[in-house]
Amino acid sequence: MNATAPSTATILASVPADGALAGVRWALARDLKLAVRSRAELGVQLLFYVIVVTLFPLATTPERNLLSTMGPGVLWVAALLASLLSLPRLFATDHADGTLEQIALSPYALEALVSGKIAAHWLTTGLPVVLLAPMLGLQYYMDGESLTVLAAGLLIGTPILSLLGAIGAALTLGLKGGGGLLALLILPLYVPVLIFGAGAVDAVRAGLGATANLSLLGAGLALAVVGAPFAAAAAVRIALD
Amino acid sequence: MPFNWFKLSSPASFYPVAGTLIPWFAWGAAILAAIGLWLGFGVAPTDFQQGEVYRIIFIHVPSAWLSMFLYVVMAFWGVLALGFGTRLSGMMAQAIAPTGALMTFIALWTGALWGRPTWGTYWAWDARMTSELILLFLYLGIIALRQAIGDPRRADRACAVLSIVGVVNIPIIYFSVKWWNTLHQGASVKLTGSSMETTMLAGMLVMSFAFWFYSIAVVLARLRAIVLERERDAAWVGALPDVRGNAGVLR
Amino acid sequence: MNHWHFIIGAYGVTLVVFVVEILAVRARRRDAAHTAAASAAPAGARPASSAEGAR
Repeated sequence: MNATAPSTATILASVPADGALAGVRWALARDLKLAVRSRAELGVQLLFYVIVVTLFPLATTPERNLLSTMGPGVLWVAALLASLLSLPRLFATDHADGTLEQIALSPYALEALVSGKIAAHWLTTGLPVVLLAPMLGLQYYMDGESLTVLAAGLLIGTPILSLLGAIGAALTLGLKGGGGLLALLILPLYVPVLIFGAGAVDAVRAGLGATANLSLLGAGLALAVVGAPFAAAAAVRIALD
Repeated sequence: MPFNWFKLSSPASFYPVAGTLIPWFAWGAAILAAIGLWLGFGVAPTDFQQGEVYRIIFIHVPSAWLSMFLYVVMAFWGVLALGFGTRLSGMMAQAIAPTGALMTFIALWTGALWGRPTWGTYWAWDARMTSELILLFLYLGIIALRQAIGDPRRADRACAVLSIVGVVNIPIIYFSVKWWNTLHQGASVKLTGSSMETTMLAGMLVMSFAFWFYSIAVVLARLRAIVLERERDAAWVGALPDVRGNAGVLR
Repeated sequence: MNHWHFIIGAYGVTLVVFVVEILAVRARRRDAAHTAAASAAPAGARPASSAEGAR
């Protein structure tokens, strides 16, 4: 059994089905507790982000202008890769010891539970990236305005990465070739997020303003929040059957 | 007397129907292709700016259209597979994916060979070609997922979910790539210098139908192979003449 | 401006792709028929694990 103190089964047995929000809250609280217990793993994922971002100047040039042009793109692509790295964890550990099946059988709606898990995933992997990226942006000689737009874009975009990523993680549950397959499935879907997120910073640097790009990102987030939990829950059911 | 379409929804009933349909679509494709190529090479005039090389559009455009059309059809069968749970729906989606991927490859290949003499580069990061490339990745993802899942029923449903998510995302992806491309003033690709001549359009349309008929024929043929693979333990399969003739011949 | 080698490259590869696809599908069907025959032969006509009308 993975690290839950009273067993998941006992908790689930004693809970009244209180509607969707309760399910979200339950899954969120549980996954956050579990994440706190494996803090090292989260630290490693953040370190991966930092290292990847550091590699690009080493591979290209320390020249100021080129770096400031490349910076938004690199910081965004690295965020996509960091998301991919952490996604298998979303369902795999629970699936490995059978907890996922019990969760699926609980009185809470699976969509609500999945939403809670996704929220926990974002809080532990997406939000740290949002906070870290502006600092790393300084390595790319990005100015204050660019860094603000970068952070805003990541703030709206990283939840979308978690939402879409959850669908991929559920579809590839328990499959061999997991990580690579997940990347192949999810990265094409990430492309619009990448374009609008990095595009927002480019627009600001070109003097055009970031509103259009950020609004489109916001619309994407709304669509993902509404649609992804259903797709991910369907994928979980398919994987568990 | 109304025809009961549901009778066709079992692999056993549809297998012979598919077999009858294939030759019609195959011959139809050949005839349409002959007409289309005659229109494309014999009738349509030389382009003012591009010379003869523009004639590549008579495969480039049809293959691009088919690559998108086939994806939508595949997603449609995915919806049926999830909604009704019929094995044949999942098998149809499974049969379409490789043909769709090949159409996408042809669109990209012919696009590159058209681009080199016309705009100087094999690849220009324009919106349509970039979206087509991402479409290829989407197809390959579906095929990879199908291969990775052992159980055919789970594979049917997982690929159905993935293709539905894909079909919803394709317009979004195209829109975002177009946005990215116009903002950065990428190469603006025009099909021909002037507005298209009627004969050029006619040639493209006929070739598109040729490609469509070809796709139907090949997909139905692949479907029959898939049916034999997945239903191999069924008695009706054992009674088929080409299976019975091979009985006892171990490979 | 003729660039015939580009036209030949485009049409030629397309033709090759189609031919390969057709051959591959035919080979797949032959293999499937063989495997089906192999599984039917040892036990004789096995009762259908999925009935003919089942979807």
